[in-house]
Amino acid sequence: MHVGIIFLLVIIGSVLFHIFTPWYWTDIASNWSGMDDTITLTFWVGGGVFVAVCLFMIYCVFRYSHKEDRRAEYKPEDKKLEKILTWATTLGVAALLAPGLIIWNQYVNVPKNAIEVDVMAWQWGWQYRLPGADGKLGTTQVRNIADNNPFGINPDDPFGRDDIMVESDVINLENNRPVKILLRSVDVLHNWYVPQFRAKMDAVPGTVTFYWFEPNKVGEYEVLCAEYCGVGHYAMRGGVEVQDKADYEVWLSEQETFEQLSARYEKLNVDGNKLAKK
Amino acid sequence: MSDEYDNNKSYQAQSSEVMDGSTGSVNPDIDYVRPAEVGEQDLYHGHSFIEKWVFCQDAKVIGVQYFLTAVFTGIVGLILSWLMRLQLGFPELAGFMTAEHYYQFVTMHGMIMVVYFLTALFLGGFGNYLIPLMVGARDMVFPYVNMLSFWMFFVAVAVLMASFFVPGGPTGAGWTLYPPQTILEGTPGSGMGILLMLISLSLFVIGFTMGGLNYMITILQARTRGMTLMRMPLTVWGIFTATVLAMLAFPALLVSAIMMTLDKVLQTSFFMPTILKAGEVLEYGGGSPILFQHLFWFFGHPEVYIVALPAFGIVSDLISVHARKNIFGYRMMVWAIVGIGGLSFFVWAHHMYVSGMNPWFGFFFATTTLIIAVPTAMKVYNWILTLWRGNIRINTVMLWCLGFIVTFVNGGITGIFLGNVSVDVPLSDTYFVIAHFHMVMGIAPLMVIMGAVYHWFPLVAGKMLHEGLGKWHFWITFLGAYSIYFPMHYLGFIGVPRRYFEMYDSPYMTSAVGMNEFISIAAFIVGAAQFILVFNIIKTLKTGKKAEQNPWKANSLEWYTSTVPPEHGNFGERLPVVHRWPYDFSVPGAKDDFIPQTTAPSEVIHTEVEKT
Repeated sequence: MHVGIIFLLVIIGSVLFHIFTPWYWTDIASNWSGMDDTITLTFWVGGGVFVAVCLFMIYCVFRYSHKEDRRAEYKPEDKKLEKILTWATTLGVAALLAPGLIIWNQYVNVPKNAIEVDVMAWQWGWQYRLPGADGKLGTTQVRNIADNNPFGINPDDPFGRDDIMVESDVINLENNRPVKILLRSVDVLHNWYVPQFRAKMDAVPGTVTFYWFEPNKVGEYEVLCAEYCGVGHYAMRGGVEVQDKADYEVWLSEQETFEQLSARYEKLNVDGNKLAKK
Repeated sequence: MSDEYDNNKSYQAQSSEVMDGSTGSVNPDIDYVRPAEVGEQDLYHGHSFIEKWVFCQDAKVIGVQYFLTAVFTGIVGLILSWLMRLQLGFPELAGFMTAEHYYQFVTMHGMIMVVYFLTALFLGGFGNYLIPLMVGARDMVFPYVNMLSFWMFFVAVAVLMASFFVPGGPTGAGWTLYPPQTILEGTPGSGMGILLMLISLSLFVIGFTMGGLNYMITILQARTRGMTLMRMPLTVWGIFTATVLAMLAFPALLVSAIMMTLDKVLQTSFFMPTILKAGEVLEYGGGSPILFQHLFWFFGHPEVYIVALPAFGIVSDLISVHARKNIFGYRMMVWAIVGIGGLSFFVWAHHMYVSGMNPWFGFFFATTTLIIAVPTAMKVYNWILTLWRGNIRINTVMLWCLGFIVTFVNGGITGIFLGNVSVDVPLSDTYFVIAHFHMVMGIAPLMVIMGAVYHWFPLVAGKMLHEGLGKWHFWITFLGAYSIYFPMHYLGFIGVPRRYFEMYDSPYMTSAVGMNEFISIAAFIVGAAQFILVFNIIKTLKTGKKAEQNPWKANSLEWYTSTVPPEHGNFGERLPVVHRWPYDFSVPGAKDDFIPQTTAPSEVIHTEVEKT
């Protein structure tokens, strides 16, 4: 008797916990509310199945506990019942899979007007690069990385000259404009993850990966590394500041281009040589 | 069901021959069982202490050896989890722990629990002990190789444990060992630690192959007369299918371990692209880190089912025996086990939705992953339908089975979240994943292991474990483990990432501190509660009640040995002859509520038993 009651309390407790939990997702700040909706749907369907199965089990425990003078039913199988259950389950699973795939289709197809952001990761930090006036990022190579070329841009690539360098772990984004995050790593796996945007993808050395989202809430957000990358993993943070168009453009105009950075280093070199000669 | 079983054809043909050919007898030889095709096996009986208990060729002793070694590693894994929970719940008390330590504990905990504890326990432990007994064989078909299998496993464990004591300590690369970080500075144990891990894994695979061949061939070739495949207990079906999976999946682990060893030692670049580290470009180039992930999960996902399928099989038998009712839909259960096993090779990349592989893979792997939910759900339905209209003994064994159903369904449902590609995006790499896989492949299989220990202990030791202690053990473990992992899902919803040494300076995560403390306390209690079982076993061995033969009134062959505990050779002079499946419980018209597999049809002629 008490066995069934304890199991029943566990199930009731689980449902109550879900309803009253103070621990739930952060306020969404991107276009991926479809992910939240699919989670909610899966909660309803899956949670319903969980509760139903457990309640049936508890009913059996109450109703069919051992009695010396009773015998269990002898019925090896029930084809009709098994068939009904198979099809009902298949339908339920398909109903959950469909929205999942539809949203994935959106996730892998980046809108044409998305601004590309090169997110470069290393142990343990982030830096960012935006396309310049030509709207295109220059190509890069790990071997090119140096003090005067922190992103490893190919010096011969004309698209790279006007690229905007953000040598900070905080990047600013324009509100309501889709962003295509291009992920690179120079050493090990990393993952650029902002819980409020819901989206994430690993940065893999040797290749460029991507995902996209559209921030839709002005504010500051914390970036977490979501793929284990060695002993500094937990401390590998960054930031995002989502701004309105006007503020964003002010910020953008204050950033240095690759050309300006190269010139600055050349001047440093020249000055250094002069000093050396004196 | 009566006319469904194909394997009765020989028996039916025989009866009709008798009917036609004999002199008008209306009583055909319904007890006829086809003669054995292979002669009996000669066994090598040990003569000295060393041959009987150390380098022993008796599968039962090897099973116990596997069991004890696996439990030892499990206790190490448990202690590591305590240390991790101390850091996460009460960092102020864990001042001695650096981030390096923490990641080493995380890695070793994961690898030990999945490979050296669960896999070794289910296949090496239960497999060795139960397969020959349940199929009516005297031993495994290759007893010497079987002995080597255990000792190879033993060496693998020794190498693994040795890595705690080498300079730099054990590897802290996470149990998935993703390159490039695994073998680079910046990851703890990237020197000797990772090398020993890779060697230990390779030894494990070699040893396991020796054992696995034994399990498969014994089941296929050494079954006793009348033990058709469709009369095997589901325990044997689960272990058999898991072994086939292991034989196909472990080679992928072995090659990735070998390639990574080469990358580490000889600077090859199987998995290593051009890497810039501390301002220097390393001598690697052109390799693919994602290739490793594919290889790893090609092993890693079937590995989940290598643990789960034996648990499915065992729990089916436990539920059936203790509910005094035949397992509902036996053939569906068999095909579900085989089907899940087959499908498990087509779902591996659902661990890699956000790994940077071509995102178009997501459509395929989400679909296959959700398809696997259908046979799995069928198994759950059949377990609860076995309880339905049963005559359920609410004893310790049944409690563990009920606990299994609750935790497995819970963990299975959260698997539908993670398998459904776009739902996985926000949840992957968070505590939701930790909660999911601990519930479904940690706690649920553990419930089955515990149930199996209470169920088969009388057979192994000849004594009954104490029921009262068993119930305390169950309730603390079940309620405690549930309160660890159920709320943990919600940390994942907040977005708390896994594998964080400490994290709570993020403003929206401060509310998680309280929950972490609660989870840690529950983890300490649940871990400690496992020593109730240790105490129970020691107490029972010393002063426990002697078990009668077949105390649970089960039908399967392991309870019908010549002695209890069974001696080497299992069945005395003559091997048993099997006439039915092991699930003839509560047959109408039968004297008792169970009919052993060895009972001939002519002995139960007046019952309504169905042909199997």
